[in-house]
Amino acid sequence: MILVIIFCPIIAAILIMAGAPARKTALVTSILQLAAALFLLVSFDRGNHDFQYVSSFTISPEWHLSFTTGIDGLSLVMVLLAAIVTLAAVWFAGTVEKYENAFYACLLFISGGAIGAFASIDLFFFYAFHELALIPTFLLIGIWGTGNRVAAAWKITIYLAIGSFILLLGLILLYQSFPASVRSFDIRALKAAAALGLIGIDAQRHVYLILLIGFGILISLFPFHTWAPEAYASAPAPAAMLHAGVLKKFGLYGLLRLAVPLLPDGARHWADLLVALLLGNIIYVGLVTIAQKRLDWMLGYSSVMHMGYIFLGIASATILGTTGAIVLMFGHGLSIALLFGLAGEVRKRTGTLAFEDLSGLAKVMPFASLAFGFGAFAAIGLPGLTNFAGEIMIFFGAFKNGWEMDGFHIFQIATVLALWGVVISTLYMLRAYRKTFMGTISERWKGLVDLQLGLRLPITLLIGALLCYGFLPQSLVRMVTPAFHTYLGANKR
Amino acid sequence: MTITAPELEIAVLVLGMALLLVEAFATKIDKRALAFVAIAGLTLVLVASFFAAPIESTKEVTGFWSFYTADRLSIFFKQFALVTTIVVLIMMIDYAPVLRSFFPAATPQAGVGEFLTLPILTCAGLMYLVSAVDFVFIFVSLELVTISFYVLVSFTRRNPITLEAGTKYFVISALSTAFLVYGIAWIFGVTGQTNLQRITDVIANPATNSSAALLGMVLVLAALGFKIAAVPFQIWVPDVYQGAPTPVTAYLSVGSKAAGFVVLLRVLQPFLPLPQMQRLIVVTALLTLIYGNLAALPQTNLKRLLAYSSIAHAGYLLVGVACFDISAIGYYLVAYLLMTLLSFAVLIIVAQQIGEQIADFDGLAKRSPFLAFAMLIGMISLAGVPFTAGFLGKFFIFYAAIAQHQTALVVTGVLTVGCGFYYYLKVVRSMYWEPATKTDKIPVNGLSRLTISALIIATIWLGVYPQPILNALKR
Repeated sequence: MILVIIFCPIIAAILIMAGAPARKTALVTSILQLAAALFLLVSFDRGNHDFQYVSSFTISPEWHLSFTTGIDGLSLVMVLLAAIVTLAAVWFAGTVEKYENAFYACLLFISGGAIGAFASIDLFFFYAFHELALIPTFLLIGIWGTGNRVAAAWKITIYLAIGSFILLLGLILLYQSFPASVRSFDIRALKAAAALGLIGIDAQRHVYLILLIGFGILISLFPFHTWAPEAYASAPAPAAMLHAGVLKKFGLYGLLRLAVPLLPDGARHWADLLVALLLGNIIYVGLVTIAQKRLDWMLGYSSVMHMGYIFLGIASATILGTTGAIVLMFGHGLSIALLFGLAGEVRKRTGTLAFEDLSGLAKVMPFASLAFGFGAFAAIGLPGLTNFAGEIMIFFGAFKNGWEMDGFHIFQIATVLALWGVVISTLYMLRAYRKTFMGTISERWKGLVDLQLGLRLPITLLIGALLCYGFLPQSLVRMVTPAFHTYLGANKR
Repeated sequence: MTITAPELEIAVLVLGMALLLVEAFATKIDKRALAFVAIAGLTLVLVASFFAAPIESTKEVTGFWSFYTADRLSIFFKQFALVTTIVVLIMMIDYAPVLRSFFPAATPQAGVGEFLTLPILTCAGLMYLVSAVDFVFIFVSLELVTISFYVLVSFTRRNPITLEAGTKYFVISALSTAFLVYGIAWIFGVTGQTNLQRITDVIANPATNSSAALLGMVLVLAALGFKIAAVPFQIWVPDVYQGAPTPVTAYLSVGSKAAGFVVLLRVLQPFLPLPQMQRLIVVTALLTLIYGNLAALPQTNLKRLLAYSSIAHAGYLLVGVACFDISAIGYYLVAYLLMTLLSFAVLIIVAQQIGEQIADFDGLAKRSPFLAFAMLIGMISLAGVPFTAGFLGKFFIFYAAIAQHQTALVVTGVLTVGCGFYYYLKVVRSMYWEPATKTDKIPVNGLSRLTISALIIATIWLGVYPQPILNALKR
């Protein structure tokens, strides 16, 4: 089942390149993907804390390298997110003017790469699948982008290439920091070995720092974030939806899957550094977001800013905080995809996204304005939407973590400052909403039409998922928490 | 019947000479037929090589086997040389029309025959070279390779750029040969031996004056540095690569370089206990990585870009040499063979229709999706994207370097990989983003299409499943 979900988009992409009708094939594929993901969700055994649906093909016995896939609660949530956003992105793509087949093939490649990375239990394929998305992203921004697309495409590609090679170094170091007898690319075997305390404290610290930098570049951790806003602003809307919504979560997923469980001492050692950097994400990038004059740039910066909360949850290393991080990853993936999709539609109709040109679009596009409202409220963290559930768990988890430590601790300060981040995001989101959709409509936009019926479906899907898990976050939490219980419980000091 | 390794080379030599004789006396035939015979013959030898039993040479042996080894590594690289030559011959068939334009119209077939048979002799030289375990034999087989390259590089001598390339290559090669002989003389003077195994024993003896031998070794390293295009002996590479006929460039950058690395590994063996040696190689690797990658950034001519990229890849290979990881180097060379030949195969076809500037590739995706896709795979493999052979090559090299704590090499390596992404994707960009100036299709003949498809499949296959090569390199 998992192999189907990974290779369905990749095979479809190859078929599309070979000449199959692009849009139909892509839509059918992504619907199949979502159906398969829902099937996994339903049949997932919540009592079992191990990986399920495991299948394995040996590649190289001497390197202990095999193509192993399987899911636990953590990967299931990510696969579900990827499937939902892929369907929405493909749906939003519509007709493409030039090289339509290549466009859809690139989208499906990104989707297949992301899902492959989330479902791989093998370190090598975990890494390699993520890289599969690099070249399609380069082409998507370069060929179909807008604005300063050339510079944006180079920037994202070179940043991510260097980031992922640093990550590769980290992974090799991680592999080599185990004694030769237990070396393996299998994450389960590594976890078992790490639980025995086979990695020395020094090694843990070095490796964690390199992994943090590598993943940090991929996630746009401050100060490695500068590629993100420009790339998302220039990318065609479906590409921005997939990249900001799904692919960027790979780095966070990697931290939660590898860095924190395998290197708990390293994580504790560098927690202060991570907190300082994530405050850069929340406060500094938050303020930069307020200053943006274009909707697409504002959304790009806001997605960088929200990574800060997720980092806070991961840094807290409590069950509450990390679970909150996962819930927020899910919610943020959906809401940012929604916002980028709508922004793309607005750009398609008006040809501009500068705030000074836009106003009063709610009069002609009531549905879009309603949907954008949902996205904006989710991003702010209004109760009833998934993001709220995630953020509140993160804040409590992080604050509690500081509370349990003796005396003064940076986690409490960070939580307080991060709460101010909510105010910052309220400010820029509402301001953007007012400038774009409220106010008097100018003459030139009077002729615009609202989203056609076909596009309302993916939007409803995204909002529905946001609301569903906003009111019932417990169903996500129950899937994710067992995965953390096994190692966070063991690592308590 | 069992086949021994020397019979393979004899078969190749006989094939080469026979074809030269046919070329000289049969004037009426289409000379391209020679290439097909050569390809068939080399393929037979390639098949036979899989049945050749490895023979380890030991220090007790005398006579022929004291300078010739047929260990698994050498048989592997003999196959490597054969595959390279076969692909280069296929490229040369495509290139023959270009060759004709440089010869007087009265004799349209002039030169084609020699152009197609010389690579067979070079191939024999490469096959001897990878088996050589004695300095004398290394020298002789290296000369066999180099002298046939003198002719090949300057083959279209009416083209002034080629003439310049040929002269440069000749002068620099002659110089490097002089270095090699001088170095061998020093080593022989200290150890009294030319057999590498016996030299190892003498050097290991603490009574030996190793500093004089080290001087000899540095001279030998300089000579080999010319062959593998390591900084600071790389200066000839861009001009010669750009000026030589394109199939010859491909041959130079793959065959000549691979043989250079095999010889380097063999001659380094006796000197490994000396700590200075590793430091020297680390510095060379650092310089080569930095120079090759930085100098490739501004290039606008694809052939020249590939020349600098070949210097850059020599840098990664030298990282492997510094760690003395033979299987990593072997794997990298195989990956390099596939992706470089793939890029050159596309380049030859496109250059005949349009030109060899990167700008000439504008809009290739529209004019020939197949060629553009092939070039895309070649470029992303050279850059090091997973699921291509090039990535696994870099992976094994970095793995070895990290295991040996070569921090400087690893850090430089990661940064230069970033540069690599820029200049390789520049080609991708021009193929897919830029509008085409013309819209007519580019024809690709069946044989080239087959070869290019095979190279694409091999690049991806080895990027996912490296085990066959790793097994072949295991000793």
